[in-house]
Amino acid sequence: MSSSLGNQVGQLARRSVVRTLRQPAQIVPAIVFPLFLLAVNTGGLKDATSLPGFPTDSYLTFILAVPFIQGALFSVMNSGTDLARDIETGFLNRLALTPLRGAALLSGLLAGATVLGVVQAVVYLAVGLIAGAEMAAGAGGALVLVLLSVTITVAFGTIGLFAALRFGTGEAVQGLFPVFFVFLFLSAMTLPLDLLTTDWFHAIASVNPVTYLLEAIRSLLIEGWNLGDLALGFGIAAAIGAIGMTAASSALKTRLVRT
Amino acid sequence: MTTETQRSGGIEVESLVREFKNGPRAVDGIDLEVAQGEIYGFLGPNGAGKSTTVLMLTTLLPPTAGTARVGGFDVVEQGPQVRASIGAALQEAALDPLLTGREHMRLQTALHGLGKNQRESRGNELLERVGLDYAADRKVGGYSGGMKRRLDLALALAHRPRILFLDEPTTGLDIQSRTALWEEVARLAAEDGVTVFLTTQYLEEADALANRVGIIDHGHLVAEGTPAELKAEIGRLTVEAVPREEGDRERMTAVLGRFGQGAGSSPRGVAVRLDGGESQLAEVVRALDSEGIAIERLQLHAPSLDDVFLAKTGRSLEGAGEEEPAEAEPETAAPA
Repeated sequence: MSSSLGNQVGQLARRSVVRTLRQPAQIVPAIVFPLFLLAVNTGGLKDATSLPGFPTDSYLTFILAVPFIQGALFSVMNSGTDLARDIETGFLNRLALTPLRGAALLSGLLAGATVLGVVQAVVYLAVGLIAGAEMAAGAGGALVLVLLSVTITVAFGTIGLFAALRFGTGEAVQGLFPVFFVFLFLSAMTLPLDLLTTDWFHAIASVNPVTYLLEAIRSLLIEGWNLGDLALGFGIAAAIGAIGMTAASSALKTRLVRT
Repeated sequence: MTTETQRSGGIEVESLVREFKNGPRAVDGIDLEVAQGEIYGFLGPNGAGKSTTVLMLTTLLPPTAGTARVGGFDVVEQGPQVRASIGAALQEAALDPLLTGREHMRLQTALHGLGKNQRESRGNELLERVGLDYAADRKVGGYSGGMKRRLDLALALAHRPRILFLDEPTTGLDIQSRTALWEEVARLAAEDGVTVFLTTQYLEEADALANRVGIIDHGHLVAEGTPAELKAEIGRLTVEAVPREEGDRERMTAVLGRFGQGAGSSPRGVAVRLDGGESQLAEVVRALDSEGIAIERLQLHAPSLDDVFLAKTGRSLEGAGEEEPAEAEPETAAPA
């Protein structure tokens, strides 16, 4: 007897989703915390729209891109912590004694991140639109934004999986969270890249991939359909996901030394 | 090594070694053979190498040297076939506290490739067999230790394995849960012909369950046989006396020493293995009386597996445990 790859992914995806939905402590902060920062930033930085060259009159519309990235950062922690717990409790050994394929394990584990990513994106967008943000690309753009947000969430989730497999503890995974926040703060988070006048900050933000993820989301909210920005955003998310998945697969081989 | 054992659902181990980096040889050249349908008790203190042996036999840890065949398959060359033949409940009941018992069964049966219509029936059958049907839809986080162990056993049986590895399955359980698990393990071997490789540090568990026992200490197999054979090998009865006056203990040791070799005793008592057997008991009492040593308690013990362990290693099994080497944990738990 052996089960197909699809069946294995499906079973582990179901487990991952069930686990996520049964842990309000994973869902609630991932939704509430970014919305709280959205409110704070909108209130505190709204005058930035008067800067020459600022792309929109609505700072809310501009800053609305940030919660999508902050939400994705929670995915690093959630997917990584779940896997680290499986390692610590020996559940991974239980799985290793079945005909489970490594690819199925990693893909299945990301299913919970995907579901949480969809919920987060829909909530952020809905709250933003209700609060008065614009969606220049219309209804189709909203769908693409949700898709892009989920892609970023899954991509970041692969880094959480890698960290869990590499270090084997939930604490090590959680230690990544502030590191990722530094990436966010050193990007074009609060101002457009062109308006970052401090040289060193501009230099860092212009090579920080988070900047281009934000710009892809903003293009849908502010400009409409900017295929170049979108392609860059999706491309960077896919590249992060590919690198993360490759690293996680390699770490899985090291950790699971079953013969 | 017999080819008969290879063809059947048995286990054969030859010169098996596992050496860890900067650590001791957790398993140091053991040989053993377990026949199909046999319950083999692998007895030893903490850190003796029991769990490391199980991890190698279940393909979760590659041996440093030696060979092992499980169900006729080589654990190094034919890992997937070995895993398909075995079920294992490892040292900690590895369960997901957020899933229910039924969800665990569904996941396990599905990953083992049971058809959709078989999954539910097999899951329900096993949950009922281990007495968890009433709690099947409760999250495992709320289960007691005994319930978790029983679910662990049910999961190990999901795909009808021919060989079952149980690594200290009753550690930490109350006597009722322990007895229930013993009954189920005995039934599996007797009725279903499942080969059981059971590690334990409980003498009574090995005595009650195992057809044969292997005693491991510091990675070496120091004795092997049926519990009766091992005890018969020691042969002699032990007499233990406790003096009424603490100050008489030294004189009592000298008197009892005339009748045999010293043995493990309670802190206030003195024990010897009687060279002449039960018939010497009256002489012992007379000798103590003639020396004027008042006796608070006198007991005669039949040989136990602990006596066997003492005779083979020079130490009593109780309290002989050591810390497991950190590297002896499964690789899945080791920092890469």
